[in-house]
Amino acid sequence: MNLRLIFSISKSLLLARLKQTVVAAVGVTFSITMFVTLLSFMTGLNIMLDGLILNRTPHVRLFNDIKPSKVQPIDASPEFKGDYNFISSIKSGAGRKEIYNSGAIMQQINSDERVLGLAPRINAPVFFNDGAIEITASINGVDVQEETRLFHFNEYVTTGNPIDLKNVSNSIILGKALAQKLLANVGDVVQLTTSQGERFPLKVVGYFESGLLDFDKTQAYASIGTVQKILGKDKSYVTDLQVKLKDILLAPEVAKEYAELFQTDAEDIQTANSQFETGSRVRSIISYSVGITLLIVAGFGIYNILNMMIFEKMETIAILKATGFAGIDVKRIFLTIAMTIGFVGGMAGLLFGFLLSSLIDQIPFNTAALPTVTTFPINYNIVYYFIGGIFSLITTYFAGFFPARKAGKVDPVVIIRGK
Amino acid sequence: MSEIILESRSINKNFHDPVTVQVLKDINFRVSKGEFVSVVGKSGCGKSTLLYILSTMDTDYTGELLIDDISMSGKTESELARVRNEKIGFVFQFHYLLNEFSALKNVMLPGLKLAKYSEQEVEHRAMELMKKLSIEQLALKKANQLSGGEKQRVAIARALINDPDIIMGDEPTGNLDKRNSEIVFDILKQLTIEFKQTMLIVTHDPEFAEKTQRVIEMEDGRIIKQ
Repeated sequence: MNLRLIFSISKSLLLARLKQTVVAAVGVTFSITMFVTLLSFMTGLNIMLDGLILNRTPHVRLFNDIKPSKVQPIDASPEFKGDYNFISSIKSGAGRKEIYNSGAIMQQINSDERVLGLAPRINAPVFFNDGAIEITASINGVDVQEETRLFHFNEYVTTGNPIDLKNVSNSIILGKALAQKLLANVGDVVQLTTSQGERFPLKVVGYFESGLLDFDKTQAYASIGTVQKILGKDKSYVTDLQVKLKDILLAPEVAKEYAELFQTDAEDIQTANSQFETGSRVRSIISYSVGITLLIVAGFGIYNILNMMIFEKMETIAILKATGFAGIDVKRIFLTIAMTIGFVGGMAGLLFGFLLSSLIDQIPFNTAALPTVTTFPINYNIVYYFIGGIFSLITTYFAGFFPARKAGKVDPVVIIRGK
Repeated sequence: MSEIILESRSINKNFHDPVTVQVLKDINFRVSKGEFVSVVGKSGCGKSTLLYILSTMDTDYTGELLIDDISMSGKTESELARVRNEKIGFVFQFHYLLNEFSALKNVMLPGLKLAKYSEQEVEHRAMELMKKLSIEQLALKKANQLSGGEKQRVAIARALINDPDIIMGDEPTGNLDKRNSEIVFDILKQLTIEFKQTMLIVTHDPEFAEKTQRVIEMEDGRIIKQ
């Protein structure tokens, strides 16, 4: 059909009531602005909060848990085979905490296609001595380069250079809160005692802030070699293997497989941090529902304005029909009007949404818990702009559809006679 | 010479609200090409109702209507719209121009809808028509800035834009003063003489009817004289 003619008639009708048109479009603009801003802001916060945990958490962690042996001696006895054996007061076995044959396991994991990288760790409880005071903490022996590459270790080291752990012998990075308790400055030497009673001096080369105060109070990092030395263990001593996968969703499957293959305990990220996923999903649902509610409200605004417009334009519709425009042409004209309002309002909304989120992005947001964050987090994801744009067209289409259909069905005789 | 443009074969129409009333009773007549016909009758005799049926806008009737020897029965709404667009020109009592558009655009719209000519040609033809009716100076004015007589002349130009087979008028002079009525009548008359334009005009103005070639008189839904 003659679309150009329909567009030109729609344009004239729109411009004839410019104020009304603008009011309708502003409604759409407002809701799209809010939709985009809300989602960008909410998901920005989500990503930040998730990052707080997820960035630092391995997808699969291999370790040896302290627990009683699954197979008790009585089960191995041929005399009691096939019986139910009830044993009380079982104690956890005094097994080694290290991962057996860690070198071979690391090699095999590294050659796995699904694995992005692997960082070994040693976790050991220690006491820090500050005069007469002893502070309980745990020391983590880490491979600095791998930790930085896989788990953003460098982002949390707020003072000092993380690579110094490797370059300076007998060095340590303390949690900021722990350092404050010990009154230890960078360059100072702190004394620590292992659970075996060995005393050891270490030089402080930096502080780290994880964002979780309790964590910072009790954690310190040193290189793997240093911790092995403190504990008096050999070069293959490792207590944790932290695996990062290419696809996080494979974690449960891989964890199961490794647990069986390497005879260790394996924990996947989904099990370890299920509450975070639930939290971010709920937040997303809330932001989407608020955004969509806004759009639906704007849709009703358009519906009302178009309905009013059609009442005002009854004569125009009648005359168009009398001079040879069919019902479908009239319907198209009013649908074009609705879609124009939706399109213009929506585009303006996307622009304002971008501006508003950029503005929020500039607002300072300093909190001790989040050392890397200086302003409110905004997630500039093009997907929200797509959803907003498409949704603005869909709502205005439906808001315009019923009034337009009504306009198409107007009987010109009734209008012309009625005069 | 008497080529039939419009034919009504026993058209009946009832209004059902609130009670069934038969408003048109067995209407039979023909209009030949080039005729200037007026339909007269008292208010409420059904002459306007008849006109709306003849113009294809009202489809709720029994009987048969033929325009240019084609039956209008069973046509869809958009087919009828096309018939109106192509074959019928309208002039109403209240001149019904679209206030959102200039006079020129008002004249052009049915032509643009028909899309037989390009936009430039339609514009050119519209200007020619307006010159013929000596209203070319009004072309760029908005419809709501025109006087009643001017509006009616623009409406006539609009009715003519697609070279219709027949022009239908519903009291085209009913709302005008004597001088403007005469101007409008003269234009209509001139169109029949010069361009052999067929006219079917509903009026209750006996003076107007007198001057037309043929008068169809109606009373109580029947044609009593033609």
